[in-house]
Amino acid sequence: MSGYENRGPGPERSGKSSAISEPPYIRGLLLAVALTFMGIFLIMPLTAIFLQAFEKGIMAYVTAISESETLAAVRLTLLTAAIVVPLNVLFGVCAAWAIAKFQFFGKNVLITFIDLPFAVSPVIAGLIFVIIFGLHGLMGPWLSSHNIRIIFAVPGIVLATIFITVPFVARELIPLMQEQGSEEEEAALVLGAGGWKTFFKVTLPNIKWGLMYGVILCSARTIGEFGAVSVVSGHIRGKTLTLPLQVEILYNEYNFSAAFAVASLLTLMALAALAAKNFIEWKSGCY
Amino acid sequence: MNKIKRGVLPGFGFTMGCTMLYLSLIILIPLSTIFFRASGYGWAQFWETVTSPRVVASYKLSFGAALAAAGINSFFGLLVAWVLVRYRFPLRKVIDGLVDLPFALPTSVAGIVLTTMYAENGWIGRYLGEVGIKVAFTPLGIIMALVFIGLPFVVRTVQPVLQYLEPELEETAAILGANRKQTFIKVLLPGLLPAITTGFAMAFARGLGEYGSVVFISGNMPMRTEVAPLLIITKLEQFDLPGAAAIACVMLVASFVFLLIINFLQWWSGRYQRAV
Repeated sequence: MSGYENRGPGPERSGKSSAISEPPYIRGLLLAVALTFMGIFLIMPLTAIFLQAFEKGIMAYVTAISESETLAAVRLTLLTAAIVVPLNVLFGVCAAWAIAKFQFFGKNVLITFIDLPFAVSPVIAGLIFVIIFGLHGLMGPWLSSHNIRIIFAVPGIVLATIFITVPFVARELIPLMQEQGSEEEEAALVLGAGGWKTFFKVTLPNIKWGLMYGVILCSARTIGEFGAVSVVSGHIRGKTLTLPLQVEILYNEYNFSAAFAVASLLTLMALAALAAKNFIEWKSGCY
Repeated sequence: MNKIKRGVLPGFGFTMGCTMLYLSLIILIPLSTIFFRASGYGWAQFWETVTSPRVVASYKLSFGAALAAAGINSFFGLLVAWVLVRYRFPLRKVIDGLVDLPFALPTSVAGIVLTTMYAENGWIGRYLGEVGIKVAFTPLGIIMALVFIGLPFVVRTVQPVLQYLEPELEETAAILGANRKQTFIKVLLPGLLPAITTGFAMAFARGLGEYGSVVFISGNMPMRTEVAPLLIITKLEQFDLPGAAAIACVMLVASFVFLLIINFLQWWSGRYQRAV
């Protein structure tokens, strides 16, 4: 997911030399198969979401997305993102600074630990917080005697989402800062700038596109996380439902057009994230 | 060298401390509680839970479907990457940008739209139903959902390698008398294989733990279409925390083995790219 994105143009192919390209009918065939695959797996679902959302007309759509439950889900989703994304940005910058600017023993182990959430099922991410904070969990009795709710409440949703999205910013910044080295920072320090000044005036401008890239990936995943949040949310209507959970609830009640209406909002968010991501790739490719 | 660097740039203690604290609180300590909780179960009961027929069936299904989906994605991922890098066609940039849609789209949205498409009266399910193929609420549906979820991985690992492959390599092969097929199989494919394998492993790891998109299309019938993450939730709803933890333990160990393999492959394919 991260570290593999191509950010710049490679050597351009002319495709004129017949020795290193395929005969026209093979090219046509490969193109047709690839585009059919993309059509079935990407374009069709995308179209279907919006068609289903507007199936009962624009009024039904507006009613569905302006319902109080949906608005509550929007608020909770944005609140979660407002907590999770800044925390993961701070963590990502800290981790990238420590890993990219210094040599120490066990660096690869640390990077593997940061990557762990990629290999953990979202359901398990939710489960671990139920095991710790749930009613029958390790801290459950203590929490309930002090009237603190974490599971089936907002703190649990935030924790599970943080767990899932920990790697996103860090994984973008680490290779970028490793590549840039630390000569510029060293020069700034020699010229008399302090540590914070060096970071804000030298490092931050250098990593801003990578940072924004990470923020976009992290936000998209935070807003869209379903599995982990589903385990800890408790599905309390109007209270602990994020937008992806609201979609599930509506769908399971056979309220399909409303489910797709809410889904279309999330799809627009996903498309905006993709557009922003491509804009950054284009922008940083200019340098 | 190390000491000099540490002496010049400030902030190692602070950033390292914050990183370790955050990682411990959010990832390491919480994750270790799963093993702790499962161990409270006793070995015999743990073994009984993770080898009960329903659990074994869910492992097999999760494992098999993830494997099949990652295989399909390896083939089509290579094809899509090839077409995107080598050929020029209208809307190429748009399609290139859309490859990442499964990363950005919430899995519940993917789940409901795929179910609608592949249901008996859906856009695709209708025609497949006429020839006797049922997709929704069968293991095939699970594979379809996992193909969607894992689509970007192979494309995005293969694309940069393909982009930076030197044309001289293919020209030399052609001059030496290889035809296009031989050039592809003997010259290009070995160079792409590490990237394909990395993408395969990432798509597989993602598919193994996938819940959101699968839960809608699978129908969730015990022994037939019940994936392992769903079984964890079922145990949880029955207040069987140790049981859920036991199933999760087995999945975690499997995932960690895969993470190690992915990291090894990244190092391996990276070494290849540096050599070129």
